[in-house]
Amino acid sequence: MKRVEVMALAVAAALSLARPAAGQVQTQTGGPRGENAFNPGISLILNGIYANLSQDPAGFKINGFVPTLGEVGPPNRGLSLGESELTFSGNIDPHFRGTAIVALTPENTAEIEEAYVQTLGLSYGLIAKAGRFFSGVGYLNEIHAHAWDFTDAPLANKVFLGGQLGDDGIQLKWVAPADLYLDIGVEAGRGRQFPSGPDGGRNKNGSGSGNFFTHVGGDLGTSIAWQAGLSYLSTSPQDRTYDDADSTGATVTNGFSGRSRLWVLSGVLKWAPNQNPTYTNFKLQGEFFRRKEGGTLAFDTATTAQPGDYSSRQSGLYLQGVYQFMPQWRVGYRYDRLDAGTTAIGLVDSGALTTVDFPILAAYNPTRNTLMVDWSGSEFSRIRLQLAQDKSRSDVTDKQVFVQYIMSLGAHGAHKF
Amino acid sequence: MRAIVKLVTALGFASLALPSAAAIAIFACEPEWGALAQELAGDNASIYSATTALQDPHRIEARPSLIARVRSADLLVCTGAELEIGWLPLLLTQSGNSKIQLGAPGYFEASQFLAKLEIPRVLDRSLGDVHASGNPHVHLDPRNIAKVADALAERLVQLDPGNADAYKARANSFRERWRAATSRWEKEAARLKGVPVVVYHKDMSYFINWAGMREAGSLEPKPGLPATPTHLADLVERMKREPAKAVIYSAYNSPRAAEFLSERAKIPSLMLPYTVGGTDRAKDLFGLFDDMIGRLLAAVK
Repeated sequence: MKRVEVMALAVAAALSLARPAAGQVQTQTGGPRGENAFNPGISLILNGIYANLSQDPAGFKINGFVPTLGEVGPPNRGLSLGESELTFSGNIDPHFRGTAIVALTPENTAEIEEAYVQTLGLSYGLIAKAGRFFSGVGYLNEIHAHAWDFTDAPLANKVFLGGQLGDDGIQLKWVAPADLYLDIGVEAGRGRQFPSGPDGGRNKNGSGSGNFFTHVGGDLGTSIAWQAGLSYLSTSPQDRTYDDADSTGATVTNGFSGRSRLWVLSGVLKWAPNQNPTYTNFKLQGEFFRRKEGGTLAFDTATTAQPGDYSSRQSGLYLQGVYQFMPQWRVGYRYDRLDAGTTAIGLVDSGALTTVDFPILAAYNPTRNTLMVDWSGSEFSRIRLQLAQDKSRSDVTDKQVFVQYIMSLGAHGAHKF
Repeated sequence: MRAIVKLVTALGFASLALPSAAAIAIFACEPEWGALAQELAGDNASIYSATTALQDPHRIEARPSLIARVRSADLLVCTGAELEIGWLPLLLTQSGNSKIQLGAPGYFEASQFLAKLEIPRVLDRSLGDVHASGNPHVHLDPRNIAKVADALAERLVQLDPGNADAYKARANSFRERWRAATSRWEKEAARLKGVPVVVYHKDMSYFINWAGMREAGSLEPKPGLPATPTHLADLVERMKREPAKAVIYSAYNSPRAAEFLSERAKIPSLMLPYTVGGTDRAKDLFGLFDDMIGRLLAAVK
């Protein structure tokens, strides 16, 4: 080993001597050598938060909508550590690239957020991906939380995608050969998370969730870039359970089996003078979700497991704008609104039970207003203050104050549009 | 669904119908490489420049329009040396184009053919946004342009051997004209030797090195970080002791910090084109160096 290194150094020195030196130009003597030279790009995201909440986060729920089992509630009151994200990525060979993102939670567990391989060597605009990855449903879902413009996910992402949908599966995407950007993609997944079910995925050979998406995008003039997307996520949950209280106030577990279909329309528009975002820029982003579910809802699966028909048509949207008014400083506003729409519960219609037995599903349209201001010391550090008035719960308004830091070290990241 | 199929088919035919005469689709990351490709490939290529002189090449969004262009490119001509690290990797992975991936003949990094200045001895982000392989703003030394031109001409011949003679002829013509222009610029720039200037960002280092000028400070306290009041106050003090001849900044920089220092320290502030398209006169690589030198000579006389 030592001899190899000495030889490598000698070769490097010879090469650098052979290179013509011009003026005071320093010649390069070579980068890292040896086994470590092929280490993947490694980066670590550190974040922490202070939360001041007028309501107890333990009682958090989003009324009018089926709970998702996802991480959708606000953080603990007071100071707490956020998830530390460890990212490894690199080209595997000329054909494949690999990425793994491990979240180290403040509860001292490690979670695989994403771990996937994707093709480099396919032509004709084709890209295939396999492993665990954030689904291409909607716009924000594919983006890691540390790159979000607000501390938390929009309410619509919380109720329709359980916060953020990351499935085990495959994705095939095709980019059209045209000056206008156009892609079309399909995903097949195990269905390990809401809106699939049960949690972890069904015991079956086929796929548990399918997603179709398409995006169009381009530039408008010299200062505006845009992208619009449409996606359709179809899943067949089996015994997708959630906890609720019955008419006596006792906790019961109910289970849904049937079909869940979600359409998401998304749009992003970014303005920067001459496409130079260094000094000022503005980003407008919004998504509209619409979901139809139909099948059976079993009441109190632990004891009686009374089945009945169930169908719902619900929707939600968010719209947000973030303005960088001077280098390092940004302000943003986000509006969230969910529409509980119509929910038909067979057990209630037949008179077997009453709406009081399904309190979480009682019609209610949650809203939230969020303001944020953040300061970025560099591309690698950000400190944010966020204020929100959260009416997710039908009976109370949660006034929230968050102070958060997000910092990254290691390999320089590149963020999606 | 049918509408989508129709749209896709229409777009597919549209793209087939486009430039059939142009043999090579070139995606240039920066205008200087677009201009060089134009000199060397002429009508044998269709050239798209991803950025303009009014954009900071470090801070570019991986916009859908750029992915679409990379998707159909035969050759990428970029700087490398981590200049495009915040956006080019995404364009590569999102394009589904094997021809222009790292290591493929369609991937051309100009900085690979050049010796870099300011290779950091210590790599630490507390020093700002430093690049491990050295300063990436390599194109502002005319000798570097000549070297990259030779390598790029070779690459064009490799990718499109059918037009090899045309590329060689154009490369010879460019080499001749560039050599003549370089010796003229060397004479003109002799008056700039030893002239101290304050820069905005370290994007003029190769020019300063070539012309034998002296960098007397930078408006950015550290590479990539915006000017702060304390740092500017320090610079004003320093200019009182050892005044620079000018504060120079690039077309994509805001003039505010340079003007602040210019007023306080009573030295002229001067916008330089930095790359092709930065000023009216810098309409090609020859115009770029003519204007860089012309503006500096006018300011320091």
